[in-house]
Amino acid sequence: MPHDHDHDHHHAHAALPSEPALRVKALETLLTEKGLIDPAALDAIIDTYQNKIGPKNGAEVVARAWTDPAFKAALLADGTAAVSALGFYGRQGEHVTVVENTPEVHNMVVCTLCSCYPWPLLGIPPAWYKSDAYRARAVREPREVLAEFGVALLPTQKVRVWDSTAEMRYLVLPMRPEGTDGMSADDLAALVSRDSMVGTGLAKGAKA
Amino acid sequence: MSRVHDMGGRFGDRAVIPDAPDAPVFEKDWHARALAVTLAAGALGQWNLDISRHSRERLAPKDYSRFSYYEKWMAALADLLVEKGVVTERELRAGHAEGGSPLSDRKLMGANVAAVLSKGGPVDRPGPAPRFKPGDKVQTRHPAANSFVAGGHTRLPGYASGQTGEVRAFYGCHIFPDAHAHGRGEDPQPIYAVAFPAQALWGPTADPRDEVILDLWEPYLEPADG
Repeated sequence: MPHDHDHDHHHAHAALPSEPALRVKALETLLTEKGLIDPAALDAIIDTYQNKIGPKNGAEVVARAWTDPAFKAALLADGTAAVSALGFYGRQGEHVTVVENTPEVHNMVVCTLCSCYPWPLLGIPPAWYKSDAYRARAVREPREVLAEFGVALLPTQKVRVWDSTAEMRYLVLPMRPEGTDGMSADDLAALVSRDSMVGTGLAKGAKA
Repeated sequence: MSRVHDMGGRFGDRAVIPDAPDAPVFEKDWHARALAVTLAAGALGQWNLDISRHSRERLAPKDYSRFSYYEKWMAALADLLVEKGVVTERELRAGHAEGGSPLSDRKLMGANVAAVLSKGGPVDRPGPAPRFKPGDKVQTRHPAANSFVAGGHTRLPGYASGQTGEVRAFYGCHIFPDAHAHGRGEDPQPIYAVAFPAQALWGPTADPRDEVILDLWEPYLEPADG
């Protein structure tokens, strides 16, 4: 069996400063001097994920699904096409599956191998999603992890954990809270937290 | 056989600490810079996403464990930049360039960022006809290892290796990371959502109703009896 660089891999990164902020600065300076990085591109990337793309996109999708049965059916049948039609396609969201919470099933999403997450719908993952504790435990003891998030499941709910091992990105469609009949999609979107779309939370105002 | 990144099911980690609802997207300024530098360097086209993931997984276990999230990104990026000849280790050590780069015409310009991010990089490709269909019982490869390269990249987690599951969905054919991370082309393979009962994975302490679903490429799977 051929070997690649795994066994004699030289860890070049040891040549960088040890302090993380200086490490990044050193790489940025070097690549800029070599003509390989446009500082304006870095600013644009940061602005995109800091200010433009985030959980409000996913919340818009959820609120639309709660208020438009035809959209919901299309969303569950072909998530990629349905979210693309709303303009939420892009890097780390090229293939999307939406999974629906019901009184019978509670869905939650993890990436045990790294930190795969639907960027165009939810933005950059929060620290807890990338933590060793979540990656290690979400698959083995999801009910304990949900309790740490304060999520109370219905006695009727089974837990289905989605480990994002490939390029399919999962979005949880939380249950619509009771007592929200007649609310507009805009108002409903405000009830949809980021965590409720990962499955570690519930929509606000929902009992379960 | 195991790699440090393959931590699903591992014991010993403590409680998950949720972020405050108003927590910033980037906890520190350098986190944002690290993400941006990584994306901009990736745009030079000298490696693909699977090579990039593998470079993080290849960090020494003690480095992988002690580095914070974006420190892993920076270390893996530095390793890749040197390995692919984009910069020299001397330049890395000095923190300054000793010359230009033939790749500079590939530089991602600020004006193109929105277009590049919104274009993404879909991985669906024409490929072989699927061997399995929803409802089929399948057995996963054991051990969870790359079949081309010893110690190479794979997306079958150890906890789901050697297990029997049920195909729930067929997603078409996607680029096969085990090949793509090692210069063996895209090698598209059928990919499925496969469900495993929690008790089969973790034993009787798991709730008998619960399940874990993973996206698995066909080469990881064999038909299961019964």
